[in-house]
Amino acid sequence: MDLNFTPEEDEFRIKVRRFLEENIPKSGLGDGREGREDKAWLARAKEWQRKLYEAGYVAMAWPKEFGGQALEPVRQSIVNDEVVRAKAPYLIGGSGLGMLGPTLISWGTEEQKKRYLPKILTAEEIWCQGYSEPGSGSDLASLRTRAEIVGDEFVVNGQKVWTSGAQYSDMMFCLVRTDPEAPKHRGISYILIDMHSPGLTVRPLVQMTGDRGFNEVFFDNVRVPRKNLVGKLNEGWIVANATLFHERNMLGSASGSEQRFNRLRALAKSIQRNGHPLSEDPVFRQRLADLQIRVEAMRLHAMRQLTDQIRGRQPGIEAMINKLVGTELNHDLATAAMEAMGDDSMLARDEPSVVDKGYWPYEWMFSLGLVIGGGTSHIQKNIIAERGLKMPKSR
Amino acid sequence: MDFGLSEEQQQLKTSARELLAAECPTPAVRRAMASDDGTLPELWREIAKLGWTGLIVPEKFGGAGLGMLDMAVLLEEQGYAAMPGPFLFSAAIATEAVVRGGSEEMKAKWLGVLAEGKAIGTVAIAETSDRIPTLAKDGRLSGSKVFAPYANLADFVVVSVRGEAGRSLALVDTHSSGVILNRLRHLDLTRRFGLVDFGAAAAEQLSGGESLHRRILDVGAVAIAADSLGGTQRALDMAVDYSKVREQFGKPIGSFQALKHAAAEIVADLEPARSLVWYAAHALDAMPKEAPRAAAMAKARLCEVYSRGTDRAVLMHGGIGFTWEHDIHLWFKRARFNESYLGSPAYYRERVAQLSAY
Repeated sequence: MDLNFTPEEDEFRIKVRRFLEENIPKSGLGDGREGREDKAWLARAKEWQRKLYEAGYVAMAWPKEFGGQALEPVRQSIVNDEVVRAKAPYLIGGSGLGMLGPTLISWGTEEQKKRYLPKILTAEEIWCQGYSEPGSGSDLASLRTRAEIVGDEFVVNGQKVWTSGAQYSDMMFCLVRTDPEAPKHRGISYILIDMHSPGLTVRPLVQMTGDRGFNEVFFDNVRVPRKNLVGKLNEGWIVANATLFHERNMLGSASGSEQRFNRLRALAKSIQRNGHPLSEDPVFRQRLADLQIRVEAMRLHAMRQLTDQIRGRQPGIEAMINKLVGTELNHDLATAAMEAMGDDSMLARDEPSVVDKGYWPYEWMFSLGLVIGGGTSHIQKNIIAERGLKMPKSR
Repeated sequence: MDFGLSEEQQQLKTSARELLAAECPTPAVRRAMASDDGTLPELWREIAKLGWTGLIVPEKFGGAGLGMLDMAVLLEEQGYAAMPGPFLFSAAIATEAVVRGGSEEMKAKWLGVLAEGKAIGTVAIAETSDRIPTLAKDGRLSGSKVFAPYANLADFVVVSVRGEAGRSLALVDTHSSGVILNRLRHLDLTRRFGLVDFGAAAAEQLSGGESLHRRILDVGAVAIAADSLGGTQRALDMAVDYSKVREQFGKPIGSFQALKHAAAEIVADLEPARSLVWYAAHALDAMPKEAPRAAAMAKARLCEVYSRGTDRAVLMHGGIGFTWEHDIHLWFKRARFNESYLGSPAYYRERVAQLSAY
């Protein structure tokens, strides 16, 4: 056990910190929460990712020939910590960076890697995920969006739903049914679809937060070249699971929880209850301390997994809990803040007396969405029990 | 950056798991439970031979000179086996007190025999409220302590006392005149507890005062957390194994989501908590400023996780889990003792709040 970073790594951290201090847009990216269809907002978001990439801080572990630096994972983890610490804007190309990129590196053809990976890094192409359908949520493998092979193309018909960012994405990694006769897991293929294709329509959905963040996507005879198939025909389920593994790790990030806890603690110090700060109330202190301990456990849990990654160990059952624990912890943090705020917690974002621009009510709702998205907590528990503990399948 | 067990520690863990599976299966634990002194003498001799009892004793006194993270590895496996005997209290807590606070003479007297497993120490912290032991100027100690683990076997007791300079620790040789030991009948039969009445026995002050007192409580907290980590893992393993063989509605009960979710919730509690134990043990070895808070976090979280985990594991067994005959209650009760010993999760959460200045 050695929790020290090397002098080079410490120096690197300072460099990253300085870069972020000097380069983070002063007022963030502006309020992009209102649907994110604003072209100027999109341009600012892409510019931010490009800037971070050019500084060398994006997807640092990716192979050099595709725009990465083949660095050890500890460097990226330093950057990620600093990015959260500096409250830097999120990366618009997150789905490409966190989900499709790593999947393509393992499963893509050389041509696909060369074609897509560099533009993921620079935010020239933004990706969205075409998995869920109206009839296929937790039972993802029952999906019915059909792709028929005609000549050297797939012809796609059907519908996807809950597609985050579809309204500004250039490409979609998408699961389609290519063999309707086969058992449900064996007739699925993983294909890459241009969002600007004729016959493809995006319709926004309004979330419970009031924002238009995710969408329905309709396919009406959308043509996709056969070379956009990732992995083998009808064997897309295994590729899909590789992506889901990356998604689950992305959704339960520990450094984000740490920042939220610090914010909650500051809130509790600022609220007066019976003539004292709420942070001195014995009952609320218990709750704060419990949350702090759980946040700390996840911080250390991430260090443990980073160490395993550095040493090239295969992830075990400990990697299956990140999404479940991380997203529920974030929702618990926001719920504690809502309770701390009392009646004020229910003020709408545009009410002038709203606390902190409505950060906590938004976070409270949005974090529950992430408990659902990427596989609900119930599904995560099934995965842990069946794949991790080898308990018998019920289906 | 390297967070986790080293190859050597991993090997120590594996060999401890194997040894205890062979030498300390539940029939052996039950033998100790039914015995007078609550131990397994052959197992004690064996682990002493392997160097466990001298793990944190400095090499010059015949020990291995290793740290608390190595100790935590052993304690986790002892928790997994619900190993009876005074190891945690003697080889971890009492030994640490002598190593850190003993005079040269005291070290020479006790550390060698502790390492060889020939002497047993215990620790007495809790007291009945009206009889707080006070150390008189002439070095005589009066008052009494309850819940002194394995006081029945102990050659010496490390006692928390109040003196002129506040809280500190003193060492009392139980063979000296005046000391009276009484067994407390207790629900956790994998351990023994005693009431110690000092009766003006001679006591030797350990150096380090309040800060040694604090350190020993932190070491105890981490030791209990490590035992709890192993115990939770065992309860999970037992419940999952049972769910694969017990059938209802024509299927193994483990195929039902209700049981899958109960098991997965134990895993979700357990895996991050494992890192808290490693970190707290490492902090005791190498990050003294971080150690008190890390110890408080580990104690609060692990004890809660252990109690909740054994509750769930008993439930997953159904009726058989409520019988004396089934072994799961050994861990269920051990969890409850761990939770209250040296302070409840609520006490340690308040400590975390204080140490984090909110």
